[in-house]
Parts: sequence; C-alpha cells; structure tokens
Amino acid sequence: MNVTVNGVAAEYPDGVTIERLVQLADVPPNYLAVEVNKDVVPREQHGTHRLRDGDTVEVVTLVGGG
Amino acid sequence: MNSHPPRPDSSACDAATPGESGSGDDGFEVAGRRLDSRLIVGTGRYDTMPAMRDSLAASGAHCVTVAVRREKLYDRSGQNILDFLDLDRYILLPNTAGCYSATDAVRAARLGREILRTLENPGQDWVKLEVLGDSKTLLPDPVETLRACEQLAADGFDVLCYTSDDPVTARRLKAAGAASVMPAGSPIGSGQGLLNPNNLRIILEYLKDDDPDYPVIVDAGVGTASDVAEAFELGADAVLLNTAIAHARDPVRMARAMGAAAAAGRDAYLAGRIPKRLYATASSPEEGVISSRPYGSQPVGE
Repeated sequence: MNVTVNGVAAEYPDGVTIERLVQLADVPPNYLAVEVNKDVVPREQHGTHRLRDGDTVEVVTLVGGG
Repeated sequence: MNSHPPRPDSSACDAATPGESGSGDDGFEVAGRRLDSRLIVGTGRYDTMPAMRDSLAASGAHCVTVAVRREKLYDRSGQNILDFLDLDRYILLPNTAGCYSATDAVRAARLGREILRTLENPGQDWVKLEVLGDSKTLLPDPVETLRACEQLAADGFDVLCYTSDDPVTARRLKAAGAASVMPAGSPIGSGQGLLNPNNLRIILEYLKDDDPDYPVIVDAGVGTASDVAEAFELGADAVLLNTAIAHARDPVRMARAMGAAAAAGRDAYLAGRIPKRLYATASSPEEGVISSRPYGSQPVGE
C-alpha cells in the first residue's frame, strides 16, 4: 500500500502500525508526534493504529525556534 | 559640637526594597503559570546545541520557545534539541512559526501539544501563535491570526499571540481569548529594536485598562540589551527574543546582558522615571553659591 510520510510517498506493508513506522526514526518515541490525514493520533494509540492505503502521515519533533 | 542637622531615619533607606522581591526581574504570571523570569528566549539559530544550552542558562529565562518540524526519518543529523534542554528547569513554549494559514497553525499547535504531553512538560497546553502573512517581512496575517486564536482558545489552548504593534488588532486578539498579546517591536530577526514605542504604549494602555495584570509581551525585533530595557520601561510584562542572542558575536555574554537589561528596565519602570523637561534643573543647591552671578540669571548684555 502507498503512504505519504513527511511529504514522501512510498510503499509500506499492508496494515503497518504507526509504532512500526516511527521505529524508523532513531529518536525516543516521546520526542515525536504523529498526524494522520491532518488529525493528531495520541501516542497511546500508535501500537494499534494501522495505516491505510493513501494515508498522509506527518511525523514531527521539536527543533530550535523563536 | 555637632552642628549638623539630625539625619533622617535611616530605616527609610532600608525599606526601599526594589520591586516586590528585591530583584528587578521579579517574574510574572501568564495563563495561570508563574514564570520566574520576565525574559522568554528562543532556541533557534545557534551555531551549536551547547552554545544554545549555555546561552539559555546565562539569560536566566524560565520559559523557552521551540518549533515543530518534520522529523528527518532517514537522514538524521544525530542531535535532537531535547537532549540539550533541561526539562526540569524550562517550560517549553511551542510555536507555530512558518505557518501561513489558521488551519496549519492549529495543526502545528496540536502537534506541539502532543509532544509536550508525552514529555510531561508543563507547557503542554499553551502555544506561541504566529501566523505569517508575508515571507519577506515575516509580518503576521491579522485575519488568519485572529481566526487561529479563536479556534485554539476554544480548543483549550492558552494562546500567547504574536502580532504587529497595531493597537486595534491587539485589542481584537485579547477579545478573541488570547492569554497574552505579544506585539512585535520590529520585524522578526531584524534587530531594529522598538520602532514605534507609542503604539506599544497604546497597546499597554488599552489591554491593561480594566485588567492591569493582563500580560503584554514584546516579541521580536530586539537587537541589543537597551531594546529590552526600553520595552520594560514602557511597561511590558515580559520580552521574548532569540536572534539578538543567538547571532551575537558572544551569545553567552549577550544572554547575560539581556537578563541584566530585563532586571534594570523592570526596576526603572517600577521606580518611575522623571518627566522630560526642555530646560535644565540644577542638581546642586541654588543657595550659598560662591558666585557673583545669581543662579538662573542671564549674563550681562543678553
């Protein structure tokens, strides 16, 4: 299935969870927030929330800013 | 022997405690949170993370701003800012910088809240709202800012709202539920200082008229320490700055200067400045001068 993550479309295994997806990022999970189709998915649901074909996902962290 | 007049009661001097707590920067309250410093500093634009960490410490700030950005999932640079921020010491204030619509700003605010919630940082339900209208001046879009402020306030956020120095917009944002209105001194990162102190005076007067504790924070444009002192002398509750420290030749020293300027400016505000006069007034007594020309007289022939 095709999922767009941070603006990049790619193939992912069917039904991949957010938890599995964010394991790609080498940062502690509590440094991240995830939005699927413009709605925040709370971290407690990352293990059970399965992505679907065509989903748009944003994985964000905090950076320096004013 | 002693012909001097008696000295006034020396306790009058002892009682002259500056501010409420003995220090110029006595802290303030915003959205129900007590901040120990009136300086809020940004974490952006530092050459290195250790330089940022040391500068934040030197500034004395209790609250620091951060931005929400895409995690680089595949080509990580290796350092995360959160490894350089003592979360027991600082309250994080996530911003919506870089957003040009109310919709995007609301999304960024919710993502920031989610990260702070999982970090268990007390800043989790507040946001520095910034909705830009122009990429060259980085001036705020007042219509989108107002819209986002209303939505976020309804969503339970404490909104610290960046805006221009326009008093009418400032009043609208307060009415829309902003926990603090944060007028710019001058464009973000420009270092031009306070371009229109009179507008800032009017904003302070309008927003505090029937609500003296309502926090007004001067945000953006600070170039050096005297700009910070000036903002406090006008009556600002706090100052938020970033680039003036991060891009100074010696950021840690400038951070220290900013902290000192905040304390000095606040103290001067509380002390009450003298009015400006066109003509001089003598500091030394007019009586008993050894001079043939009486004080205040014009020389012969004029």
